[in-house]
Amino acid sequence: MVAHVLLIEDEPNIAEAIRFLLTRDGMRVSHATEGMAALVLARQDPPDLVILDHMLPGMSGLEVLASLRADPASRATPVMMLTARGRDREVAEQAGADRFMTKPFSNAEILAEVRAMLGQPGPTP
Amino acid sequence: MPFNLLVLSCLLYVVFLFTVAFLVERRAARGRLGWLRSPLVYTLSLSIYCTAWTFYGAVGYAARSGLEFLTIYFGPTLVFIGWWWLLRKLVRIGRQHNVTSIADLISSRYGKSNSLGVIVTVIMVVAATPYIALQLQSVVLAFGVFAATEPGGSRPLDPGQIAVWVAVGLALFTILFGTRNLDAREQHHGIVTAIAVEAVVKLLALLAVGSFVVRGIAGGVADVIARIDAADLAAWQVQPGRWTGLIFLSAAAVICLPRMFQVMVVENEDEGHLARASWAFPLYLMAMSLFIVPIAVVGLDRLPEGANPDMFVLTLPLAEGQGALAMFAFLGGFSSATSMVIVESIALATMISNHVMIPLWLRLRPKAAAGDDLRQVVLMARRLAIAAVLALGYGYYQVSGGSAALAAIGLIAFLGVAQVLPAMIGGIFWRGATRTGASLGLVTGLVVWAYTSFLPSFGPGAALSAEVFAQGPFGLSWLRPQALFGTEAMDPMIHALFWSLTLNIMAFCLGSLFTFPGPVERLQGAAFVNVFEGAVGPQRWARGQVEPEALLTMAQRILGEDAALALFQEAARAQGKDSFLPDPTPGFLDSLESRLSGSVGAATAHAMISQLVGRATVTVEDLMAVASESAQLLEYSARLEAREAELTRTAGALREANEKLTQLSLQKDAFLSQISHELRTPMTSIRAFSEILTEGDLPPEQVVRYGKIIHDEAKRLTRLLDDLLDLSVLENGSVQLTVGLASLQGMIDTALTAARATRPEREFTVIRDLPSEAIYLKTDADRLTQVFINLISNARKYCDAARPELRIVVRQRAGRVTVDFIDNGKGIPKDAQRLIFEKFARLTDANRAGGAGLGLAICREIMTNLGGSVAYLPGQGGAAFRVTVPLRLETLAA
Repeated sequence: MVAHVLLIEDEPNIAEAIRFLLTRDGMRVSHATEGMAALVLARQDPPDLVILDHMLPGMSGLEVLASLRADPASRATPVMMLTARGRDREVAEQAGADRFMTKPFSNAEILAEVRAMLGQPGPTP
Repeated sequence: MPFNLLVLSCLLYVVFLFTVAFLVERRAARGRLGWLRSPLVYTLSLSIYCTAWTFYGAVGYAARSGLEFLTIYFGPTLVFIGWWWLLRKLVRIGRQHNVTSIADLISSRYGKSNSLGVIVTVIMVVAATPYIALQLQSVVLAFGVFAATEPGGSRPLDPGQIAVWVAVGLALFTILFGTRNLDAREQHHGIVTAIAVEAVVKLLALLAVGSFVVRGIAGGVADVIARIDAADLAAWQVQPGRWTGLIFLSAAAVICLPRMFQVMVVENEDEGHLARASWAFPLYLMAMSLFIVPIAVVGLDRLPEGANPDMFVLTLPLAEGQGALAMFAFLGGFSSATSMVIVESIALATMISNHVMIPLWLRLRPKAAAGDDLRQVVLMARRLAIAAVLALGYGYYQVSGGSAALAAIGLIAFLGVAQVLPAMIGGIFWRGATRTGASLGLVTGLVVWAYTSFLPSFGPGAALSAEVFAQGPFGLSWLRPQALFGTEAMDPMIHALFWSLTLNIMAFCLGSLFTFPGPVERLQGAAFVNVFEGAVGPQRWARGQVEPEALLTMAQRILGEDAALALFQEAARAQGKDSFLPDPTPGFLDSLESRLSGSVGAATAHAMISQLVGRATVTVEDLMAVASESAQLLEYSARLEAREAELTRTAGALREANEKLTQLSLQKDAFLSQISHELRTPMTSIRAFSEILTEGDLPPEQVVRYGKIIHDEAKRLTRLLDDLLDLSVLENGSVQLTVGLASLQGMIDTALTAARATRPEREFTVIRDLPSEAIYLKTDADRLTQVFINLISNARKYCDAARPELRIVVRQRAGRVTVDFIDNGKGIPKDAQRLIFEKFARLTDANRAGGAGLGLAICREIMTNLGGSVAYLPGQGGAAFRVTVPLRLETLAA
């Protein structure tokens, strides 16, 4: 069973980098650049993990998170939030994010986090 | 008649006067004046009107000019009999306002103006000095008459020396009895009594000489009348004009002469005395004038041709061998002279010290002397002033040489003091009279009098040159001192009287009509004019009909319950009473008033006790004082209010500053967090792809692609840092501008070319009007172009129309050029319009083509530095920005 990750990120280059990393690791990645589209995607194709940027055009990352948590289907889905601003961590955790990563991050770091959240074992040696 | 005996009797007489004055002063100090405060003494003291001029000079006057001398008596008689209501008003005002001199009266009436007091003092001193000199001269002449009859005949008699001794003696006497102590009302009982004695002496002396002349020389009354008929005297015509003038003049003088005002108003003890004097004084004058004509006629008859008629009173008895009678007459003349000099110098000294010396001393005294006893200073000033007045009189006597006829000097002095009359009468009868009017009138009168009467009296070539007399000053004949405005053929005396008083009254009335009195002036004017309407009781508290309880209640309200009770109990104990309520004795009321005044102010305390004690009349002064106290309180509270308002303002300003700082701090945090975001975003991509690239195993096209992404993101980072630095420099104002002439069209061209790099794939139409762009600006072309690039790029970036268009409209007005950039997109929503110039205010990330949202913020800063502005233009269809630049950028202050 291939893990399905929903990536919500408006910066195209960052999205491309994450998609590359996760795909290479054998995961299936869906991508949305803004909140509404992401919620539709999540309903159509429930992900095993959501990677959510904090600063999004239109709906903010926190609003998207709240919507996900409000929907019984996605209530338990683990969510990792990305942010480029220092102070958003507490807010995000209170809002129900499971993990929190500050940009920029190392590829190994994010990959390890994603695997851990998906309950997968560490990288094959 | 031995000369030594004359000197001795003179000295004895003076010692006698000293004794009288001394005894009376002692009685006065013990408060037992008794009959000395009678109408008789008052009337006799008024006789000071009759000086040596009247005593000796009237006979001379009669011998020269016939019955005209009577005018000098008619004037006062008319005033005392016909106008005594005027005198009563003066006396009432004098008592009520504690008037100390005629200068004080005028100054007090016109708003307590000291400058008026000084003017009146000057008039009085100038007019009185020759008059005092006249008295000294009369004494010297009298001595001379006796010296001439000295058997030895060779005894050298220095008139100057006599005059010195007389002046010094008089100064001594006046200082001794005139400045013994300081009385608020300036009353001098000893001197007044001594003057009354002198009045009796001079009257008796003149009567004695007169009856000797009638009985002893002529053969009785019938014979005298026959002689008078035979003499030329009866043939002298009465000149109605001159008579009227002289009667008016002497009437004015009796009111205005400083010494008359002193004895009539200042020394007045009781208004009732005036009523008695109104008939008794004219009687005295009648008695004084009774024998003038007989003495003159007989003297002209019996004495040799060329004998001085001014001295007939002495020379007639001497010629008849009546030494003792002559001696008596001499003492009469001596009395007339001395009493006049004494009272005149006291009156003048009061004016000089109160209006000139003390104000000067108060202004000039050293700070250290602030605590001095002012009483001693005032007394010393008085003494100096008395000495100065007598020295002036003596000096005038010496300089003038004592040549002029006595009567002439007297009339000139009369006219001088009469200049005060309009201001005085106007002041007590006309409420509209003002300080300006009074000053103008007085100064005008003084000048005209000096010019037409006083200075000419020294004769041509002395004070005024002979040319001035003959042709007028500067050849202006209408300004000749004795023919003003071409009024020739007028008697010089009447001429001076007419012009000085006419011009004086005109200046006074016009000045009063065209100026408005100040508040103090209005109140004083009302108080003087309506003096009879509000009766005022004594100044100290009489034992009132007040209930002590009422006083206690009031005192408790002001002082507090316990403090007031303690005050009353203490007073009650002091009175030996068991209860806590003292009797309302005058002493207690005084102490209560002073205690209350510490809390509510003196005037208010006085008015409150007045109300309770039942002195219903609260005087104008009381009200005025209350008003000024209230005004001070109001001013104080206004000051407090102003201070409070200022504090509130300061607090508001501080709060505002604090809010601003808080906001700035918040802005700074938001800014930093925003920068953090803008920096981290490209760095995330760079880091991720560089890690991917270093891992290898990538197909070449992906390597190229990821390398390009890293390159783009690195450029984005660089641009961001550039913008931040730019903004920081522009905001600090430390930007270096390169100002030069540049074509606007060229700048727009450059900007359009540069902006093409933004979304180059889009078809973008630019509409321009090239001729309107043919403008040369003196500005920093690079910076302005930067602004244009930004605006054009924004249009290219954000304009969402299907066929995007940009119109560039240039207008020129009033030294400024506006360049509008208008696109045909949706424009910027209204609530966002004011945000767009803020840093990082990117409204939408939809078309992010780089840039961190600092563009418009940088534009705004650039335009500020260029002395212009950039603003959003609402209502233009699409997004529209207006850049405003000055045609010529003035070099900005560093």
